[in-house]
Amino acid sequence: MKIVACIKQVPDSEAKISASDGKISWGESPLVINPFDEYAVEGALQQKEANGGTVTALCIGPESGKEALKHALAMGADDAILVSDPDLNSLDTQGAARILAAAINKVGGVDVVTFGRQTLDDGSGVTSAQTARVLGWPMIGMVGHIKVEGGEVHVSRVIEEGRQNIKARMPVVMSIVQSIGEPRYPSFMGIRRASKAQIPVWSLADIGASAPAQVVKRTELITPPAREIVCEVITGDSPAAIAEALADKILAEKVL
Amino acid sequence: MKTLVYVDHFKAEIQQASWEALGVAKSFGSATAVILGSDMQLLAKAAFEFGADEVLVADDPSLSDYHPETFASTLSAIVSSQGADLVLLPTTSRTREIAGMIAVDLNTGVLVDLIGLDFQGDQLVATRPIYEGKLMEKEICSTKPVIATLRARSFPRPNRNEAATGTPQKAEVKGEILTTVEGYEVAEQAVSVTDAGVVVSGGRGASNNPSLTPPAGLDEHQAEIWRAQQGFKLIGELADVLGGAVGASRAAVDGGYIPYSHQVGQTGKVVAPDLYIACGISGAIQHIAGIRSAKLVVAVNKDPDAPIFKVARYGVVGDLFQVVPALTEAFKKKLGK
Repeated sequence: MKIVACIKQVPDSEAKISASDGKISWGESPLVINPFDEYAVEGALQQKEANGGTVTALCIGPESGKEALKHALAMGADDAILVSDPDLNSLDTQGAARILAAAINKVGGVDVVTFGRQTLDDGSGVTSAQTARVLGWPMIGMVGHIKVEGGEVHVSRVIEEGRQNIKARMPVVMSIVQSIGEPRYPSFMGIRRASKAQIPVWSLADIGASAPAQVVKRTELITPPAREIVCEVITGDSPAAIAEALADKILAEKVL
Repeated sequence: MKTLVYVDHFKAEIQQASWEALGVAKSFGSATAVILGSDMQLLAKAAFEFGADEVLVADDPSLSDYHPETFASTLSAIVSSQGADLVLLPTTSRTREIAGMIAVDLNTGVLVDLIGLDFQGDQLVATRPIYEGKLMEKEICSTKPVIATLRARSFPRPNRNEAATGTPQKAEVKGEILTTVEGYEVAEQAVSVTDAGVVVSGGRGASNNPSLTPPAGLDEHQAEIWRAQQGFKLIGELADVLGGAVGASRAAVDGGYIPYSHQVGQTGKVVAPDLYIACGISGAIQHIAGIRSAKLVVAVNKDPDAPIFKVARYGVVGDLFQVVPALTEAFKKKLGK
């Protein structure tokens, strides 16, 4: 089985994000693999272990993206590819999907493509479905469990209404959620292997694509006003007295 | 200006935010509701009642289950034939797929999970949170039609006029079904934490009632889950009295106390209720990211140093097993229930 796990590099979720002059900065915080994408890698590795095959981690981004790919390698991915090109500085989601699809086609013979549910930075969560659409493959979102049998994937999707069980013929694109299981920690051997890995960089020419037109553009960045919240601690002689006072406070806020 | 509004539902259970999208569409001009599914007569009527000028329905047994490919192909064909300028969808996990796919089909841009959408002159400008709400951005789409999904509870819900009627028009089903639905394990009650005006959430603390004795024969983990279920029962009772939904922290979901679909936070759902009550939730940064838009946050926790108190307007330092049932009783009395 040939599996491609698509990942992105983002500022750590603990980072203090700020904006000035239309630029976003995250201070001294490190860039990390998008936490949602660790599930994409974990799901891919589970299927490799169950069915044999390979896992390739794929990332679009600048040179620094190699660090996110190395995390996937350290977790156990067999190889990694960075798609990087000066003409890829401003991609919207569809542009990213078109580039990923071209890279997946160049890898060739891929059975399963995994994504995280969304990224921490842009957070649109539409790139997986758009990539599936460009490839013409089935999209199976919010996957919490996967079993492969006779050229088909059987998956359990975690939806608002419960769980939905789906099957589809491969190749497929999936977005994977945390029900798949905790992403494994990189092993010592894995980290050593990843640190020595030579990660190939594919340019637009390498994947036979031209720079997609960016139709969605940011026009302004706004720092939301900090909410100064002072917590009023409700006390009382008994739980009933506390509850009484708290219920009155809540009712007075007119939120019910 | 002609706007199409995709009405999202699960087997005719409406995502209420669809009507909020309809209200936005009406404020721009004419609004056409688009409904895909099987046995959609009641939803079509509801769309007229919430103000749709026209309703287009693809009503077919093949649409009784959601398949991204057929839903997207059918909607893309409708958008093309209607010559719409704008397509609005409520943000749900289904519509992130559908909106993304029709943007590919129609070779245009998609603006996702908006909390604002306005005209500046002729230009439609969207506002959306990025970096988990740490920043906001304004963005535009330079091609047409513009595809946009709207975050639930971020736009006013139009009033319902039950006297309104109309005749829905039929639309054809397009596209090939690429996946087979093998079945559902449907939750006892659909979880609508994103749609709810009140969310009462439980965390790891829900399993921390030492005074309870689990039934004999459970191992340690089963006993913990049993304890947590007693805690979530109390949380559910409070949610019921307030007409709200039950949420959960990641710790509660990872502990197996409650299904993932209840999870609020970075890897769960972003919620924007008027009232959010966190019970036994410490308040990890990832959880806080999911409740930034809540109007009023109330926290009940044993630990006075729990970070949840930093974002709460009112707090009770105490045992949720005592405070939550007392609060349920107090509201029952005060709300006349």
